[in-house]
Amino acid sequence: MTDFFLGHYAYFGIITLLIIGLYGMIFKKNLAKKLIGMTIFQVSIIMFYVASAVKWSGTVPVLDPLAGAADAAKYISPLQHCLMLTAIVVGVATSGVAFSLLIAIYRHYKTLDESVLMDRMKSS
Amino acid sequence: MIIYNSPALVPLLLLATAISIPVLAIKKTKLAYPLAVGASLFSVILSSYNIFRVWKSGPLTYHFGGWIPPIGIEYVLDPLSAFIALVINIVAFFVLWHASGVQEREIPGKSVPYYSLVLLFLCGANGIIMTGDLFNLYVFLEIFSLAGYGLIGIGEKQAPVAAFRYLIMGTVGASFYLLGLGFLYIVTGSLNMADIKNILPLIDSNPAVEAALSLMVIGIGIKMAIFPLHGWLPDAYTYAPSTTSSLIAPIGTKVAAYAIIRLLFFVFDVKFVSRTLPITDLIAWLAAIGILYGSVMAMAQKEMKRMLAYSSVAQIGYIGLGIGMANPLGFIGAVLHILNHAFMKGTLFLVAANLRKNSGHSDISRLDASYRKKLPWSMAAFTLAALSMIGLPPTAGFFSKWYLALGAIDRGNWVFLAVILVSSLLNAVYFFRILEKVYLVPPPAPKAGEDLSPKAKKRRGSLIGEEEYGLMIPCVILSFSLLLLGLGNANIVKGIIQRIIPLGM
Repeated sequence: MTDFFLGHYAYFGIITLLIIGLYGMIFKKNLAKKLIGMTIFQVSIIMFYVASAVKWSGTVPVLDPLAGAADAAKYISPLQHCLMLTAIVVGVATSGVAFSLLIAIYRHYKTLDESVLMDRMKSS
Repeated sequence: MIIYNSPALVPLLLLATAISIPVLAIKKTKLAYPLAVGASLFSVILSSYNIFRVWKSGPLTYHFGGWIPPIGIEYVLDPLSAFIALVINIVAFFVLWHASGVQEREIPGKSVPYYSLVLLFLCGANGIIMTGDLFNLYVFLEIFSLAGYGLIGIGEKQAPVAAFRYLIMGTVGASFYLLGLGFLYIVTGSLNMADIKNILPLIDSNPAVEAALSLMVIGIGIKMAIFPLHGWLPDAYTYAPSTTSSLIAPIGTKVAAYAIIRLLFFVFDVKFVSRTLPITDLIAWLAAIGILYGSVMAMAQKEMKRMLAYSSVAQIGYIGLGIGMANPLGFIGAVLHILNHAFMKGTLFLVAANLRKNSGHSDISRLDASYRKKLPWSMAAFTLAALSMIGLPPTAGFFSKWYLALGAIDRGNWVFLAVILVSSLLNAVYFFRILEKVYLVPPPAPKAGEDLSPKAKKRRGSLIGEEEYGLMIPCVILSFSLLLLGLGNANIVKGIIQRIIPLGM
């Protein structure tokens, strides 16, 4: 049992992050905090990919004559890292769009609190 | 020759134009519109050429950078993707044609970023449709969604709030998809759709694959706005600028529906999907609830764009129902309904845009017969599209419902049949409400001593002006093509859709 928890500790950390992110998006009333929750959620998935690439006794995926060039088992899989570089870029773009929307909301309604925002949207 | 690379040309052309619009039009903002329309027209031509090639000589593939899949990224054009790409490019071209009349009035001075975003959106849509690589699909899904958030947020005062809500939900959807893809990659070690399809049967029932499937379907289901995940849709469609809503309503959700079809039937096997997880049943039942819910909510709306948005929730339900039934007739119904709904919703939202442009509002309660006299052609287009939504033969909407009903009978599920019939009645209720006002209710008589000059009328919010050709012609062409699609539906089904029914259904 302890082996199961110790052997997968990275995944338990990732699940915790994922749930913190979901909690922030669902229960926080402030739109900026929702955005923070969203970012944590995205980061947890990036960590998931990176964790899945880990190999004990593996080294960086740069061809090293000492480690044995043709033996794939000695290198960490580089593909997940490449994929996550793209996903990080996507995440940055998403936050950029989200921040500009938040600025637009704040300019119109002078608040980012959801309940106040709903009231002001109805009254206008 | 460059023309042999035509599968890759459509998204690349749209992307290149999207990037070059801000550069070329920085001094002359008037250049943005012709560039966008030109690129859109060219993408229509290229996709018709593609479907011609596919029809003649079978599926086309294009390997990026010359890397052979499964190592490299490949684009696949089979009859299904070529067909859907052609449909959305045609609808997008008509919406962009129509945009010349409304865009500058609704969002003045923003034409350069706006058209650039429109083309990015179309590039993402075309990419999702053509790609044969699951991670590439994620990237295009995000390009498409990010452009969509921008297009919605540029609208009215409430639009940024709606766009922000869509952004949060859409990002959760895309992240769920990415998480599912991670599971799938860990199990199969591949990202290529065809490759994964070959590897999956070798893996015995593995909970990771089931988790991957559910996560990916939920993720794309949010983008498709299938019933309980539709929360972002009504606000987003209502507050967005008219051009955006007439672009996103026909294209956005259809592309996600296509991605679900691709995933369920062409990556995971039909048998796998229906045996280990009852995910198709789940989609079908949720879609059936969504059809009724969307129709009832549409009846309760007072504003035309909001009503059309809820009607979209219902119509997406039809597509979901066809996918969920997972039999050949249901599949034909779903693909045919993607085509029909793109044309119908395009027409209806364009007419709503015309109403807003001419009278400054689109409240259903304020409509009367003067609108028919001032906008005869738009209203004729609206009537035809409404009849098609209700499903009267010979309009196109009848035939997709016909195939869906046949699919429900074939499956022996009478509840689905009842849902299809009842929802047609509900559609009739909320569309005839408008048609009755426009054709039968006389306009209020002018009060004594009222100023009847056009300027005063405009101030009061009543209708002025005649129909503009640029606003009228796209609606009329789109709506009359509904008749053509209806009459020619046998050819479409025989020539294209029957060729693409996945094996094992």
